[in-house]
Amino acid sequence: MSDWVEACAAGDIDEEDVMRFDHAGRTYAVYRSPDDEYFATDGLCSHEKVHLADGLVMDDIIECPKHNGRFNYKTGDARGAPVCVNLKTYPVKVDGGKVLIQVG
Amino acid sequence: MTGGMVIIGAGECGGRATLTLRDLGFEGQVTLVGDEPHLPYERPPLSKEAMTSAAPVIKAIASDELLAECSIRHIHSVRAVAIDRAAHVVRLSDGSSLSYDKLLLATGSVPRKLPMPGLGGRCVYLRTFNDALAIRAHLSAGNRVAIIGGGFIGLELAASARKLGATVTVLEAQPRILMRGVPSEIAEIIHKSHEAEGVKVLTGQGITAIADDGAEVRITLADGREIVADLAVIGIGAVPVTALAAEAGLAIDNGIAVDGTLRTDDPDIFAAGDCCSFPLAVYGGRRVRLEAWRNAQEQGALAAKNMLGANEAHAAVPWFWSDQYGLTLQIAGLSDEGKSTVRRDLDDGAFILFHLTEDGRLVAASGIGPGNAVARDIRLAEMLIAKRASPAPEALGSQTVKLKSLLAA
Repeated sequence: MSDWVEACAAGDIDEEDVMRFDHAGRTYAVYRSPDDEYFATDGLCSHEKVHLADGLVMDDIIECPKHNGRFNYKTGDARGAPVCVNLKTYPVKVDGGKVLIQVG
Repeated sequence: MTGGMVIIGAGECGGRATLTLRDLGFEGQVTLVGDEPHLPYERPPLSKEAMTSAAPVIKAIASDELLAECSIRHIHSVRAVAIDRAAHVVRLSDGSSLSYDKLLLATGSVPRKLPMPGLGGRCVYLRTFNDALAIRAHLSAGNRVAIIGGGFIGLELAASARKLGATVTVLEAQPRILMRGVPSEIAEIIHKSHEAEGVKVLTGQGITAIADDGAEVRITLADGREIVADLAVIGIGAVPVTALAAEAGLAIDNGIAVDGTLRTDDPDIFAAGDCCSFPLAVYGGRRVRLEAWRNAQEQGALAAKNMLGANEAHAAVPWFWSDQYGLTLQIAGLSDEGKSTVRRDLDDGAFILFHLTEDGRLVAASGIGPGNAVARDIRLAEMLIAKRASPAPEALGSQTVKLKSLLAA
């Protein structure tokens, strides 16, 4: 039912890094883990609506650039103050060198 | 032992401490005492969003529901007036008292008073949400606001006041704004951004007289100039709230003196956040007191842990930020530890100054840029500082060298 949309090319994101992706009025964060898997979450921190793609990825954690709220980007789990609301995650697949996200 | 944990001060630090006690599984009594009528809330928005939003609201650290769910007793609008250390009892301003097994003093800081005659009802300070509401009522188009003190609070307020259309003058007695802790190259950019937004910034000018007749404030500067304002906001620093601790006989040294585990000289009393001075491990135990949101949060959590017996030493690197107009400043570490700087330019005019000691150790990083342009590199710098790393200056200065690669080295 939900659409798969192309977010970027697989090589656009470095390992252990994140990229912002905007689609249909929403913003997402797309991650490439140190073990070369791709993930996607809502793009804005649940604390103060800051773009997570400006933050730092360490292992499976994304840290908000503003106030260091931490989330596990694989599961969306909030990992301590000041964040307490989990991030929504989205299914991701890589197809023909392209990173696709199932939005909606 | 039935008193449980008592936390005095319901700000960022105290609020975090209570939640952390529950996160760590503590099941005894937790009592949080605050002298404001509100839930524990975040103070950073007070000079920013709370000033400019249509209907300012408290950004609560914990809702009533969460406090109830965690069985945290929150006593508000009440001050702690005395500690009976021998009896393990805290006396409160409403005449009641609380017994404790472990006590945390998270009493924070209050604005430093301007020691001058002539101040009246139009000369105000910003610390609490209620202060913010009172100031906000005066920030509108056509109103004249004088900000006394070119520090973070004053400058953030200046930016907010401009957003609302007020006429703003910032008065700084020092030769430049942000003298304390911010490199001149960065202060210069902030100064210019204020001027570009129409703020008059007067530096190097002491105030010789203030006259507040209840309708307006006349401020006379050393050079004879007079600034007339509808409101004067004084932001000249903060002083730690230590009277309670001092009267209880606890050691005071630029704040309530604690050891690396945030314990005072009474083994059952801890202090954390703005009110305490502590040895900063990353700089060889230099005793500092920090007035910073993240420090309050981290120390609140650490104090909670240590109240439960963890005995863990504070190891964090100081970290500060400020937002003014579209610019964000972030600083990791204390730049006065450094002797030289290396500049790294980033996209969109953003840049970072890395502060190095004589023998090349990275001790601080100060960055400024639009939005969150410097955030990631400042965070990586913070990790390098924590590792006591001495990265090659050429690598720090080159945008093409990823800081993350230096961390792995």
